[in-house]
Amino acid sequence: MEAPTRSAPASARRPRSALRLVRPVLWLALLVVLLALPLYLEAAWLKAGQYMMLGAVGAIGLTMLIGQAGQLSLAHAFFLLAGGTSYTVLSGPTGDERVLGLGLDPGLALLGAVAISTLLGLAFAPVAGRLRGIYLGVASLSLVFLGLYLGQAAESLTGGTSTGRPPAKFELFGFPFSNAGPEIELLGVPLRQAERVWYLFLALTVIAFVLARGAIRGRTGRAWRAVRDNEAAASVMGVGVARAKAGAFAVSSAYAGLAGVMTVLWFDILKPDESEFGTYGINTSIAFLAMVIIGGLGSISGALVGALLVNGLPQVLSLYAADLGWFTGTGDGAFTPALISSFVYGAAIVLVVLFEPGGLAAIGRRMTDLLRTTHSGKDR
Amino acid sequence: MNTFLQLVVNGLGKGAVFALLALGFVIIFKATEVINFAHGSLVLFGGYLVVVTKDALGWAGAALCGVLAAGLLGLAVERLLLSRARLADANSLALLTIGIDVIITEEIVRRLGVSLPFIGEAWDAQPLQLGGITLFRTHLVALVVATILITGFYLAFRFSNWGIAMRAQAENKEAAALMGIRSSRVTATAWLVAGMLAGVAVLFIATQDFSGAGLSRGTHSIALAAFPAAILGGLDSTAGAVVGGLVVGLVEALSAQYVSFDFAKSAVFLVMLVVLVLRPSGLFGTRESTRV
Repeated sequence: MEAPTRSAPASARRPRSALRLVRPVLWLALLVVLLALPLYLEAAWLKAGQYMMLGAVGAIGLTMLIGQAGQLSLAHAFFLLAGGTSYTVLSGPTGDERVLGLGLDPGLALLGAVAISTLLGLAFAPVAGRLRGIYLGVASLSLVFLGLYLGQAAESLTGGTSTGRPPAKFELFGFPFSNAGPEIELLGVPLRQAERVWYLFLALTVIAFVLARGAIRGRTGRAWRAVRDNEAAASVMGVGVARAKAGAFAVSSAYAGLAGVMTVLWFDILKPDESEFGTYGINTSIAFLAMVIIGGLGSISGALVGALLVNGLPQVLSLYAADLGWFTGTGDGAFTPALISSFVYGAAIVLVVLFEPGGLAAIGRRMTDLLRTTHSGKDR
Repeated sequence: MNTFLQLVVNGLGKGAVFALLALGFVIIFKATEVINFAHGSLVLFGGYLVVVTKDALGWAGAALCGVLAAGLLGLAVERLLLSRARLADANSLALLTIGIDVIITEEIVRRLGVSLPFIGEAWDAQPLQLGGITLFRTHLVALVVATILITGFYLAFRFSNWGIAMRAQAENKEAAALMGIRSSRVTATAWLVAGMLAGVAVLFIATQDFSGAGLSRGTHSIALAAFPAAILGGLDSTAGAVVGGLVVGLVEALSAQYVSFDFAKSAVFLVMLVVLVLRPSGLFGTRESTRV
């Protein structure tokens, strides 16, 4: 960066370089807030926040696949199930008669689960490579239905649809993310399960976010976008089309697998419900798709906002409902928090496609542009 | 042998209903290149209106009302939402229909609550016995109705002005518009017709003989099985929709019997996957080619 001088062109450039710092500072501030939140929030709110982070990880993976590489996938729920099941099996206790367990260290099991999901994604890649657009979207639905069947049939892995099985509590190098183990206090606040898992999920989300940013800013992301925009042109320019597509599918599956591990840790049970509307059914795939669309296809930070809305709304509403006595009705015709958030995100999809195809990310971008122009205007 | 014949008959009966639904997908896709993910919610909407009006109008009146309502909802979706998003490409519009589907489905499921009513039938529900094979009348009526409607559609598509306009638009939208075909009218009628077909299909789905379950979220997921039907036949082929529907019905019936009941739904999707791998645009679909 050149030293600021008093000449006219440099002063026109100056506010821009100051604004360039604004973004990292904002991200840093956000991170500090997220790090500090467990000291102030109650466990129930932390639990809600964890659910949003779990959605964020999955949505980041999906936004790379759909927005960057241009491959529509509705199979996200399947990879979620694959990741969750792999973690539970790898870390599960050995010698259980009912279910299979390998007794691995939970940290290792998490890595193993991500690896297995990646491999499954790679295995589907040849099929994905042959299909395009909406055909791929519907074809990937078959994975979800296959997953629901396997969840039912492979009871020794999943524990079956009616009972499920508990996952091993997560530990890292012997440090438990539960109420067991050493008592830790931070500024007078005891760090128990909710706080510990919050930090674990936050770390995973930050890693997922940073890696994804790196991928789409680098060579990989350029290859994905080239393939998305025009396969023929991309291959003429020397991009390995099949490789780029398979890579995107594998990366997205890895993210979904990680989100799946987070899902079983969050629910504290692996339970593949038999219906399409359960935890690993088509409704989940659609919810992830909604996050990605609402945030703006291909935008990583948009995916975060989408996850905040789609996964956060039902959680936050039900917490408020408990306080305010809203939506407490049950049974026929009740407006439950989950129902209301379905309405909201369904409507959000419609509005985004109609009015702002770039999603919330485009609105954010426009606001920073506005800030930039008014700022430099004032300076002049 | 009798079991097998029985399964084939049942499969064809169900397949006729899937064919009606798949034909709806195909009509919309041909006219607009949009995949309608909201088809399941049109099915639910039609069924819901039948349930609501049945006491006042009687079965026939309610059925007519449901069919019209499903058609009008399709028309409204196209006129009020899709036609206003002209700049969006076909894939974004497909995503838009997902949003619509979520809203309509959730609302109707909320209204149904725990009641899950059967639509019931106007015909004698007693199954026919024919040489060791049980024929459900619902399946028979579905077959007859589907045959009449599909033939009627085929004739209209082939010979009427609407059909010619539709085929012209499917061939080349711009050229058709230049020749004076009103594309908005073609599109709107495509959605109307597809919605009405969904309304007819639900009359058979939410009955004891077809699914053994009343109108519920499950009805929506049965309608979802028409996806593989449309795709494996080829999204832009009307004949493909019919063949696809029958294949889906047969696969479901046979795999439920010979593999397991739980497997049936995934079997349908797996068959679709295999077909897609072999022929990426379905059995009868037009192949897209890229020119380099």
